[in-house]
Amino acid sequence: MLRASGIGKRFGERRVLRGVDLDLARGGFLVVTGPNGSGKTTLLRICAGLARPTEGELEVEVGRGEVGYLGHDPLVYRELTALENLDLYGRLYRVPERRERVGMLLERFGLWEARHDRVGSYSRGMTQRLALCRVLLHDPALLVLDEPYTALDAEGAVLLDAQLEELRAERALLVSTHDPERVERFATAHLGLAAA
Amino acid sequence: MTYARDVVALARKDLLLELRARDTLPAMLLFVVSTFVVFHFAVGSSPSRLAANGLLWVAIVFTALLGLGRAFVPEREQRTLDGLVLAPVDRSTIWVAKSIAALAFLGAAEVVALPVYGLFFHRLSGSAVAGVVLADVGICAVGAFLGAIAVATRARDLLMPLLFLPLAIPIVVGGVGASVAASPGRYLGFLVLYDALFSVVCWATFEFVVTE
Repeated sequence: MLRASGIGKRFGERRVLRGVDLDLARGGFLVVTGPNGSGKTTLLRICAGLARPTEGELEVEVGRGEVGYLGHDPLVYRELTALENLDLYGRLYRVPERRERVGMLLERFGLWEARHDRVGSYSRGMTQRLALCRVLLHDPALLVLDEPYTALDAEGAVLLDAQLEELRAERALLVSTHDPERVERFATAHLGLAAA
Repeated sequence: MTYARDVVALARKDLLLELRARDTLPAMLLFVVSTFVVFHFAVGSSPSRLAANGLLWVAIVFTALLGLGRAFVPEREQRTLDGLVLAPVDRSTIWVAKSIAALAFLGAAEVVALPVYGLFFHRLSGSAVAGVVLADVGICAVGAFLGAIAVATRARDLLMPLLFLPLAIPIVVGGVGASVAASPGRYLGFLVLYDALFSVVCWATFEFVVTE
């Protein structure tokens, strides 16, 4: 589903990623680790289609509508409610039975009661849960998750564990984390990046 | 049909954001009315028709600039452009929706501003109003496009007027011509041509603006 050969990235003179090879098939769960500044986020943005490598080759077998990307920012509008944000993304991603799907995800991630509240009034943890709802909304084939446990409380982390457990058989997951032990039981492969 | 539905969803989002945040329209209204008040006291109540039209177009262009400079602020502050760019929609829908929202804000500001202008200076002719409407389309189409370019840079507040004002000169020429010329048809035609040409260019190239 995702194959990279010798990919690297430069921003002007500054090299942030060098010579990365990876191969991720359906059912694969690749854990990306590395210190701050090692290029984890850049790698994930490249794999999600948000950035282009400046060297090497990247093959992504799925279209951009089949990628679910969770970045450091939740990619939701603070002035809109959770329901309005997910409805917007549901329309853009052409999610069938959108309302039911949005309701199910909000229920699953414990946000149903707060669905009419503006995201600006959410805690960081609630916003992260909403970001996970956004990522899963269109049932993507390839999930690219950049430190998905950030800001989640114990209950939120358990919910995410359950979700990853459910997803990993049918999909390909690329997950970066500073806590590899948390996702060790799901992992099928590891990629350690060194500081650039 | 799908394209139109995507545009509606995105434009609705932009209008809803403004309705909630009230960042842009009140500032535009305050600016344009204040400008007319200042001009009224600076040049008196009976400047020549040509001078008064010049003031009108200066006010319209800078009011639009104020709104357009904020067009992509929610996407910048909350980095939601990544989310929109990843969605399986034609990326030009983002530009069309931003242009429509900008047009709505500019139109709303002008609904208040034009009667104020009439009160302080001269009553606007039908061709002048038609010129304003046609100019608004070009201003918003070009402005939304340049707003997307500027928002990706660190010098965005400086870059937006530097990019926009040179491209707004033909609009001002057409708008003033439609307001004061004895036969305004060719100026209105010029504005239609400007709108069509720049809309097609922006529509066709927007994808390259929002992708790396």
